Amino acid sequence: MMRTLKDDVLLCLIYLAAFFAEFLLIGILVYVFVKGFPQMSLYFLTTVTSIRQGTVGIAGNLVNTVYLVALTLLIAVPIGIGAAIYLNEYAKPGRAVRLLLFTTETLSGIPSVIFGLFGMVFFGMTLGLGYSILTGALTLSLMVLPLITRNTQEALKTVPESYRSGALSMGAGKWYMIRTILLPSAMPGIVTGVILAISRILGESAALLFTAGSGYFLPRSFGGWFHKIVESGGTLTIQLYLSMTKAQYDVAFGIAVVLLCMVWCMNLLTKVLARKFGVDMSAATGERQM
Amino acid sequence: MRVNEKAVNGKIIGRDWNVQNPWKAVRVKGPVANPAQAVEKAAEVIFCLCAFTAVAAVCAMTLYMIANGVPAVLQTGLKEILFSKTWNPTAKEPSFGIFYVILTSIVGTFLAVLIGVPIGLLTAVFLAEAAPGWLAAVVRPSVELLAGIPSVIYGVLGMMVLNPLMYRLEQKLFAGSKTHQFTGGANLLSAVLVLAVMILPTVINISEAALRAVPSALKASSLALGASPVQTIFMVTIPAAKSGILTAVVLGVGRAVGEAMAISMVSGNVVHLPLPFQSVRFLTTAIVSEMGYAQGMHRQVLFTIGLVLFVFIMIINGILSRIVKGENQG
Repeated sequence: MMRTLKDDVLLCLIYLAAFFAEFLLIGILVYVFVKGFPQMSLYFLTTVTSIRQGTVGIAGNLVNTVYLVALTLLIAVPIGIGAAIYLNEYAKPGRAVRLLLFTTETLSGIPSVIFGLFGMVFFGMTLGLGYSILTGALTLSLMVLPLITRNTQEALKTVPESYRSGALSMGAGKWYMIRTILLPSAMPGIVTGVILAISRILGESAALLFTAGSGYFLPRSFGGWFHKIVESGGTLTIQLYLSMTKAQYDVAFGIAVVLLCMVWCMNLLTKVLARKFGVDMSAATGERQM
Repeated sequence: MRVNEKAVNGKIIGRDWNVQNPWKAVRVKGPVANPAQAVEKAAEVIFCLCAFTAVAAVCAMTLYMIANGVPAVLQTGLKEILFSKTWNPTAKEPSFGIFYVILTSIVGTFLAVLIGVPIGLLTAVFLAEAAPGWLAAVVRPSVELLAGIPSVIYGVLGMMVLNPLMYRLEQKLFAGSKTHQFTGGANLLSAVLVLAVMILPTVINISEAALRAVPSALKASSLALGASPVQTIFMVTIPAAKSGILTAVVLGVGRAVGEAMAISMVSGNVVHLPLPFQSVRFLTTAIVSEMGYAQGMHRQVLFTIGLVLFVFIMIINGILSRIVKGENQG
């Protein structure tokens, strides 16, 4: 075996690239936390920005984010799981399945700006929902649908065939078998898909700018908490963007810290799940598989 | 005892026992006759509907993009919109040439891939082949975290860190120039660097998977023939994984073309010929920055820009499925 100078140079480059990626992350984290941590306080998290009262806070945006995540999941998770069940348990391989897989792939490749445009025109104008959290949630549901479908489908594939035939031979109907045997066995994969969807929603901004709007107030009455879903509401990312354009850098970095913490928690959660259930993470990266 | 006919939808498909009168045929009429069967049928139909939601969404999006993007083209003419270089939508005599916007997206994406892919590929090699286990265990989670950072945060960092650096560089380079418009660092180069960083995780993840999928027998033979480990990586492993790496590159291109928020914060947002130190506007950033106030024809042209972006993405998708198909066959 010959070690040449060229080898050493190439090896050096490999290490350099990896260290670049590593230090990039460390740099980003340190910079954001150093700049944003002074803003962090209970006050910042629990008050609403008001020019009249002179307060600065992100409570309204936090609530909007929670609403948006919950509503999107409420719409996308049942549909995504249903689609995965159909693909894996009912559909016979052929043209229909190829079409379904192809459109799911296509959907996951469409950039969020396009989702934003479509959501604005279709849900906002054609269906008349305007700038509202509901419009945003419907738009994002389409966006995270492939993520949930793919993860559920991968999980269903790993359920052994004997579970199915066992349940069916004992006289269970197909739906009963799916409900009591398949879904519980596929649960870790489904949960992983849901968490990935949550992180995607938390970080999304371009698709929300023209669908969910930028409201940042908290509801004043009890009924307002329900009415909120048809009102405009900006998430943390939108508020971060708007703060930057208004040169309110302190608020922006404060939000950035909150966002990074949330993303990090989601990342940890998927790891814990993967370790606990031995979920195949290669299926769960959220990237298109080869 | 004889078996009686069991029917679904009035068609006899099997036989059932009739205990009282085994000679009498019992017809089970229609699908609702048996509640359990009705539930089964309903479940299948509902799952099928769920599955076709994605198809409906893609069809609806295609139709809406075309329906909203084409009118402006019909009104001003395809050539005028796509190849005219003046963009002045709010003037008295507005002109809607998006040539520079399209060119910026193409040039910006190309440069971002040119910078991002080598770094990403080398990092993937590091993770899959070169790194000792503990180092890979440190770097891999970092890459995952990089992938999860919201694009607005990349935008914030680009604005606060990269732009001032660029401005300093700009001041040095163009110190004597009278024709140069100073951009304060918000230029094509900043946007390209931010994009390059943003496609890194995609490129790293997909290429690493491709490199890992290379059969170890190939590597072992190369080593046995006397090649050094580094030679093996570059002469054997990477060529063997090339279709996977190509997938990574195409996905990176897709991500870079579609990225909006981060680059809208660092690119300066002025329609210009894409030169490194000029403020530029991408397809995505044109939509993000103007959709809020655009009216009438201006708004329709923004949808045309959306349609152009949509066409780009569909072409990229097509290339991608071609690669994947080729891989499955070969």
